[in-house]
Amino acid sequence: MSALFVLVFVSIGIAGLFLVAFIWNVKNNQYEDQKGAALRILHDNELLQESNINKS
Amino acid sequence: MFTTKERNTYIFVQKVPETLCYHCGVACVTDNIAIEDKVFCCEGCKLVYEIVAENGLCDYYKIQSHPGLSRIKSLRKEKYAYLDNEEIAKQIYKFTDGDRTIVTLYLPGVHCSSCMWLLEHLHKINPYITESRLNFTTKEITVHFTKTNISLREIVELLATLGYEPYISLDDAGKKTVKGFDKQKIYKLGIAGFCFGNIMMMSFPEYLSDNSGIGIKYENLFRYLNLVLALPVFFYCGSEFFSAAWKGLKQKTLNIDAPIALAVIITFLRSIYEIASGTGSGYLDSMSGIIFFMLVGRVVQERTYKFISFNRDYKSYFPIAVSVVTPNGVENKMLSDLREKDVVQLHNDEIIPADSIVVQGNATIDYSFVTGESEPVRVLQGQQVYAGGRQTGGQLTIQIIKPVAGSYLTSLWNHYSFTRNKAETNDRNSIVHLMSRYFTYVLLTLALITAVYWGFHDPSKIMTSVTAMLIVACPCALLLSVTFTNGTLLRLLSINGLFLRDTTVLEQIGNIDHIVFDKTGTLTQGSESNVVCTGHQLTESEKDILYSAVSPSKHPYSKALAKWMGQRELVAVTDWRETTGQGVECLCGGEQVYVGSAAFTGVKNDSQVDDKTSVFVRIGNQVSRFSFSPVFRSEIPEVISKLGHRSRLSVLSGDNDSQRSVLAGLFGSGSELRFGQKPIDKLTYIESLQKKGDKVMMIGDGLNDAGALQQSNVGITLADDINNFTPSCDAILDSGKLKSFPDLLKLASSGGNIIAASFIISLVYNIIGLYFAMQGLLQPIYAAILMPCSTLSIVLVTSGMANISALRKKLSVVSEGD
Repeated sequence: MSALFVLVFVSIGIAGLFLVAFIWNVKNNQYEDQKGAALRILHDNELLQESNINKS
Repeated sequence: MFTTKERNTYIFVQKVPETLCYHCGVACVTDNIAIEDKVFCCEGCKLVYEIVAENGLCDYYKIQSHPGLSRIKSLRKEKYAYLDNEEIAKQIYKFTDGDRTIVTLYLPGVHCSSCMWLLEHLHKINPYITESRLNFTTKEITVHFTKTNISLREIVELLATLGYEPYISLDDAGKKTVKGFDKQKIYKLGIAGFCFGNIMMMSFPEYLSDNSGIGIKYENLFRYLNLVLALPVFFYCGSEFFSAAWKGLKQKTLNIDAPIALAVIITFLRSIYEIASGTGSGYLDSMSGIIFFMLVGRVVQERTYKFISFNRDYKSYFPIAVSVVTPNGVENKMLSDLREKDVVQLHNDEIIPADSIVVQGNATIDYSFVTGESEPVRVLQGQQVYAGGRQTGGQLTIQIIKPVAGSYLTSLWNHYSFTRNKAETNDRNSIVHLMSRYFTYVLLTLALITAVYWGFHDPSKIMTSVTAMLIVACPCALLLSVTFTNGTLLRLLSINGLFLRDTTVLEQIGNIDHIVFDKTGTLTQGSESNVVCTGHQLTESEKDILYSAVSPSKHPYSKALAKWMGQRELVAVTDWRETTGQGVECLCGGEQVYVGSAAFTGVKNDSQVDDKTSVFVRIGNQVSRFSFSPVFRSEIPEVISKLGHRSRLSVLSGDNDSQRSVLAGLFGSGSELRFGQKPIDKLTYIESLQKKGDKVMMIGDGLNDAGALQQSNVGITLADDINNFTPSCDAILDSGKLKSFPDLLKLASSGGNIIAASFIISLVYNIIGLYFAMQGLLQPIYAAILMPCSTLSIVLVTSGMANISALRKKLSVVSEGD
């Protein structure tokens, strides 16, 4: 039965990790700009090739 | 999921038509401004392209075609010189350690993903910008840079060159707080959710136990774990209900939070007692559940529109600094340092910061935002100009005669109506608190009766039954029905273009019985005007001549005339002269052309019509007369007739009464029409209506309505662009959605019925619960079942009814683009 004892604390601990992650998200303003992130993910980090446009 | 390759193909499908400017998409007049095969409408756009291309950022044009903003309006070179003044710049910095600096700027021009891409790659253009991050919702960019290498002025000018000119106003000065979400509430919600879920889980053995097996063995472990988990819920998450209840009690009122706080405290104490004495497991699951759902309701209800500000005053309209002429030359001075007798230089399109006297220059002041009068006013040297006016006639020198805060316009904000907190007053008189007051009295009476009854029959049951009653009768269902109804209505209204400041406005809208309109900009469309030509009708070639004659003039009537004639051939013009306040004369196409007032053109004005709103044109010997009248928004007649059924109507106008007959026809005889109203007149008119007992809604658009908007029970600003600068108000209406405004008002006032309906449902649950509680039979499991059931049904009923009521009014219930 001591397995149950351990598991109860493990389950609370895991849930607690998610709670910490949630608080961390809020603190880092992840919910401040809900549109921006959706647009940002579409942009490549690297610039697309310099392409056919010459530097002028 | 789509790969990079597919995405590129998608982007390349959007071919750029040759005739459109490669940068901003405006049709190009000539093909001369071009780089290779890319044609631009103006040098400004070409310049932006060059900067972008030079830094290898051409992807800007691939994410979206023609992403740029038209750069035809060029930037005055010294416009941002004041940012070189460290004192002023310091007001705008968010953080600086002398070198590394962070600044947040508002860029009204941001509109698409290309904007975001370019603005977040500023470090490619200037290496001293270490980081730039755009908040797309609020259109604010946060730039990190090293101050010793690049100044704030250079950054602002770079942004302006790229077409994203920041808007910097007096309001930015000293503003260090980041607006946005109340994060505390979100933390509370997260923690309450976590604890509630875990307590429920730990309580399961208890619910299912038959006094044997694991339930009994680990009973104490689960109970004490629950107690530990309930501590943060009670002391942290629930704290706002306690403080609200305490605040109400101190003011000797019983608000809705009082019975809730009472129930929560009693539940908690009784649970501790049961657990400590080993007699039971308490009601910690129900308690944390109640707090969690109530917090959800509050968060739903207090959802704020981050992109809209409801609390703007003249400060967000005024510049942060002006150029002051001193013995040592022109200096930039903060507005707050401006003193009487200072001599200020104003450039075209700048705002007069304080009441002043014209010293030198052509003063043609546009007071439209201040007084609602659409005509720019010509002011002679030595005459007074008022704060808030916009100079439209080139450079001007003025001398300040009153401090900024004491000026004619700004003194409006010193009126006592601005000192009261409308939201708080509304809230105190809210129907919810009224209902909860009776609720509390009834509940306490019932508790007393139960106690007396058990006192005679079985005194040992007094404690259990009375506490159980107070627990089960917690009016959280009432609070939930209110918060969820309001939250749903706010969401529905915002989808349909009406943005309310908070939920107290919702209740006020239901009581409105008198609607007051501002004329200019509200009933009429801002800059548009109707042109009617009488007398000699111009031939096509004469129209070309007239077009060429009025094109160089900046007077609104000249612009309206030019617009009326459409795109025309330009004819060579010689001897062009404009006499401000009189008209334009020139030699054009072999004819002497006069455009202007009757006296100026040498025409005898024999008609009865007021000649303030007309212009005479004399080409050779032919005379034509053009009269201008404002264009009413096309939806207005329908809206007026619908609103007329519902409430009394009035119109307040800052303009002259040339439109009286039109308005009288529109509004009918019962409505009051007032003209030539100053901002303070509008405020006092609203006040006089309120003294008669009317509940007044004011619909306006400009700073001149700010006083009336504040004084009214509900002040609504009509805005063509909701992100634009609107005066302080209770609600903002998107002018594109004006047509559905009467329906939106109906929807907003339907809230009361919905709340009443869901209140009845919650009462049913309460009665069931009380039935068990009064007999002392309430087991934790019944409480644990009743609570989520009532919550769920209330959420479903309120949001369902609100949505159905919106659908029946043919309003949209799903936001576009989400």
